[in-house]
Amino acid sequence: MATPKLPSSEITPESTYVDRRKFLVAAGIIGAGLAGASPRSLEGALPFLPGQQGQAPQARGTPYGLQPNDTPTPWADVTGYNNFYEFGTGKDDPARNATNFRTRPWTVKVDGLCEKPGDYGLEDFLRPSAVEDRIYRMRCVEAWSMVIPWRGIPLKDVIDRAQPRASARFVEFTTLMDPRQMPGQRLPILEWPYTEGLRLDEARHPLTLLATGVYGRDLPNQNGAPLRLVVPWKYGFKGVKSIVRIRFVERMPTSAWMAAAPSEYGFYANVNPEVDHPRWSQATERRIGEFRRRPTLPFNGYADQVASLYSGMDLRRNY
Amino acid sequence: MAALGGIEKQPRGFSLLLLVAVAIPAFWYAWAIYSDFTRGTRFLGSDPIKEAEHAYGAWTLRFLILTLAITPLRQWTGWNWLAKHRRTLGLTAFTYGVLHLGVWMILDVQLIIDDLVGWDVVWTDITKRPFITIGMLALLLMLPLALTSTKKMIARLGKKWRPLHRLIYVVAVLGLVHFWMAVKLDIREPAVYAAIVAALFGWRAIDARRRKAAATA
Repeated sequence: MATPKLPSSEITPESTYVDRRKFLVAAGIIGAGLAGASPRSLEGALPFLPGQQGQAPQARGTPYGLQPNDTPTPWADVTGYNNFYEFGTGKDDPARNATNFRTRPWTVKVDGLCEKPGDYGLEDFLRPSAVEDRIYRMRCVEAWSMVIPWRGIPLKDVIDRAQPRASARFVEFTTLMDPRQMPGQRLPILEWPYTEGLRLDEARHPLTLLATGVYGRDLPNQNGAPLRLVVPWKYGFKGVKSIVRIRFVERMPTSAWMAAAPSEYGFYANVNPEVDHPRWSQATERRIGEFRRRPTLPFNGYADQVASLYSGMDLRRNY
Repeated sequence: MAALGGIEKQPRGFSLLLLVAVAIPAFWYAWAIYSDFTRGTRFLGSDPIKEAEHAYGAWTLRFLILTLAITPLRQWTGWNWLAKHRRTLGLTAFTYGVLHLGVWMILDVQLIIDDLVGWDVVWTDITKRPFITIGMLALLLMLPLALTSTKKMIARLGKKWRPLHRLIYVVAVLGLVHFWMAVKLDIREPAVYAAIVAALFGWRAIDARRRKAAATA
């Protein structure tokens, strides 16, 4: 797989200028005399300024598929602006309601059509794999985006160890079901527990990550601790959080969002500027921390790596 | 009707106080967006534009509800001086609707300040996405109400003024439907607004029947 590997130092300075100039143009047009102060969009471009971020950790990791003007979204946004309906539907609900969520002990069940099913304690589950830090773009289906320095293991490792049978074509993931700890599960908002799925080849793709951390730290609870899926070319809702079960199946699983609104959320959910959500265009997005909108890229900028997975498929029908 | 607390006359300075009060959210969100983008504050969280857009929309509905609440409140309390503030509240609702539309078009979609999203896309949004069509319609229907709210227009329209201004009921329903359709799955907040509007409508129905009965008796 050909992924450009640039050290962060090579991408930061340029974007600083790009963002700042773009922002000042916009500010000039809305004419509020914004030019004097330090624009908020710079916060994203300069996440390492001493003092500015308090004790926020530094972004680290190998950039995958980043554009020249992509810089890590600040820690405060990555960990304070979350869709995790198990802890409430407001963007700041998860950070508030997940503080006491217990992520140890944690067991992951691997089952279904595979040779080596089993229940694993989290540490045993992760131990055989080398943990990596990778910086990915993240595009939410709601038309906002971030750049997130994840830490995790390739899902492929886990799959290879489980040895799926020839009949296994899909993988289904399930979030913990625990309404006592997850207040959102007491409301009939989605069909709990949350489930998601990938085709086996998508799950085995080298970009697909089982994340255990962000910004070089263990995942904060609101980000899906202790174990979540990250599929950077798909909309964020595919990134099922707090995973307790990984199951190999023959038929395409119905995800929680497909069940809730089948005309709005499909199984594939590949980022696609050409295919609108019924209620809004997906052609552009707002990067959190920036004032200007950005064009949305096919497969969220990972087309070179993943487009071949879908050759011959009608992506308008398979949204 | 029984007069509560003997406030049969408007307290001094009430009109000015009301004017200042209804303007506070408008100025607060405008300031907060400006500050979040230029001074690094986080008043509106990670996506200040969306936050302000939603807030202006919510305040539109709240002021519509307050406008509808004046008549029952007046009858219940006997504070008849409340009646003349319906216009202030109604015009405030309209103003917040315009702000809601303005933030959507100029700051969210960035129609005028950028060419990334064109008018064609916005036109598609307005015509092809039912929740936006309905919201747009609600705002457009408020326009004749705002334009005919002056004393001059009230006098000129005479008996036609009242039936025209019953459009506010349509506007309130359309606004609710717009909000209901805009949320993803969690309909609790629009449901609360809908319940209040239903209660206000219910009161009007009962009141109308009572008047009719009194007239025929």
